[in-house]
Amino acid sequence: MWRYFLRKLAIAVPSVIGISILLFTVLALAPGDPFEELAANPNVPPEIRANLRAQFGLDDPVVTRYLRWSGSMLRGDWGFSFSSRVDVDTLILQRLPVTLVVIGASQLLALLVALPVGVYAATRPYSIFDQIASTIAFAGYALPTFFTGLLLILLFSIKLDWLPFVYRADIPGNGWPWIWAHIKQSIMPVLVLGLFQGAAWTRYVRSSVLDVIRLDYVTTARSKGLAERVVVVKHVVRNALIPVVTLVALQMPAVFGGAIVTEQIFRVPGIGSLLIGAIQANDTPVIMAVTFVLSILVILCNLIADILYGWLDPRIAYR
Amino acid sequence: MAGSIPASLTAEIAAPQRAGLSPWAEAWRRFKRHRLALVGAALLAFMALAVLLGPWLWNVPINAIDFGAKLKGPSLAHPLGTDDLGQDLLARMLYGGRISLAVGVASMLIAILVGVVIGAVAGISRGWVDAALMWVTDLFLSLPQLPLLLLIIYLFRDSMKKLVGPELGIFLIIVAVIGAFRWMPAARLVRAQFLSLREKEFVEAARALGASPTRQVVRHILPNALGPVIVAATIDVAAAIIFESTLSFLGMGFPPDIPSWGRQLYDAKDYLDVAPHWALIPGGAIFLTVLSISYMGDGLRDALDPRRVI
Repeated sequence: MWRYFLRKLAIAVPSVIGISILLFTVLALAPGDPFEELAANPNVPPEIRANLRAQFGLDDPVVTRYLRWSGSMLRGDWGFSFSSRVDVDTLILQRLPVTLVVIGASQLLALLVALPVGVYAATRPYSIFDQIASTIAFAGYALPTFFTGLLLILLFSIKLDWLPFVYRADIPGNGWPWIWAHIKQSIMPVLVLGLFQGAAWTRYVRSSVLDVIRLDYVTTARSKGLAERVVVVKHVVRNALIPVVTLVALQMPAVFGGAIVTEQIFRVPGIGSLLIGAIQANDTPVIMAVTFVLSILVILCNLIADILYGWLDPRIAYR
Repeated sequence: MAGSIPASLTAEIAAPQRAGLSPWAEAWRRFKRHRLALVGAALLAFMALAVLLGPWLWNVPINAIDFGAKLKGPSLAHPLGTDDLGQDLLARMLYGGRISLAVGVASMLIAILVGVVIGAVAGISRGWVDAALMWVTDLFLSLPQLPLLLLIIYLFRDSMKKLVGPELGIFLIIVAVIGAFRWMPAARLVRAQFLSLREKEFVEAARALGASPTRQVVRHILPNALGPVIVAATIDVAAAIIFESTLSFLGMGFPPDIPSWGRQLYDAKDYLDVAPHWALIPGGAIFLTVLSISYMGDGLRDALDPRRVI
């Protein structure tokens, strides 16, 4: 188990390095320079500007600059936000929990929708239920998150006036009303993200269960006299989930993209709205750091998927 | 000789009846059987015609400001209503559709071109070239695409605007970055096709006749690998339209004087309570386009897979 885990970790490290090189290349290729404002200011003599450039090492070769940048990232020195005058890492640590809670809850919702619906549809292929579920899943996949978000606001906030459409981190009060207020304002963001993922997963689960359910070992399990429920839950679903885990891992970048959009629609104070705000404020250190953190989260999710894969499929694990 | 055994008995029996059909006519015959795909294709053709010819038939300017008629619902003068400046939404929808569809098709062409080249090189060469290209492909697949798109547009858009003008500049950068982050599925598909096709007898025959590797690839392998690529290309158009709308919706895409569908949604989202039609129309257009393309891709997948008997 540990060797398998360490091997997967060893594969993840080059990916992180590759992404950091890519990010740094993009930044280095970009026109413009952090001292552009000084250059435009006639009161700053050119020799002072040159001294500043030398002091911050902007004239060094690209490789040196990359090594210095990645070294300080490793040490946790992520720089300083231009606009809010706070260290970037404190800023990100403040925002990250909200994002993780929203994404986690929506993935849970997607799982709760996709697993039963996909399995039930696959055990009765081409029935009315299957056709309705497949059509809704197909349509749900074509509905972009920003449009579902607006539709939900239109329905639940404006027409019905049930739910608030602006997420507030500083709700006063405590006890049950406070918890209920938090749940109420999280419903729509979680619904938007969760249903979008759920639509995709339902299709994966359905086709994967359809592939497995025709195999001989399932017939064997049935002929032993096992109840249909036991056959499906214990024999079919576990094997059907193996390819689904891979597809879900491939979807992770889209999940984080959807989270950025959702946070922007509902003004959830998470890492995605931090990114958009930083772009609007030209806050380069924050933009770089958030992009890097999101990349690492995606790689982490892939790692988790690999471990799940090993747990679900003993044939490939721990080699 | 595994290769001489027919793939399936039904294929052998069914083949003589349709011996007269060319591969494309056969594909069309199969495509027609997928009813929703046919509906999707018709809807898409209608939309393409509308955005191409519409601005001539409905020649209301997209930026004629009329505060007397702002945020009005559909009426005779403005069949789809107006926005917060009293501009005609039908004219803006038609113009925006041109932008959205053009971005979709252009990004798809870039993504497929890059994907086919990388997939073909990886698929025909063995050893470290293949391994390195696939590592890069997997790396790109695990990148968070939206934040990176935002970062690149943020860093490069000003200099692109200076270089080729504001409209073309933003169009080129959006198309280029979407294309640059969508080539991986095509590359994997092409490589997988190449790995099986390059061992087939007809390629071996070409090799025995002295065909150069380039000729083997271009003349013999690539044409046979195109079916899945066409399906991937359809899906890519839909994905690029969604990406462009997302960027515009986040305020990082087209400026307000180029009303792509996503941009109109971005402008409309603050007026949801007084003018819901303004958001519903472009959102509905994006939804219908993407749905039509997805169904069309589904139909093409059935039509272009020669192993499937329908």
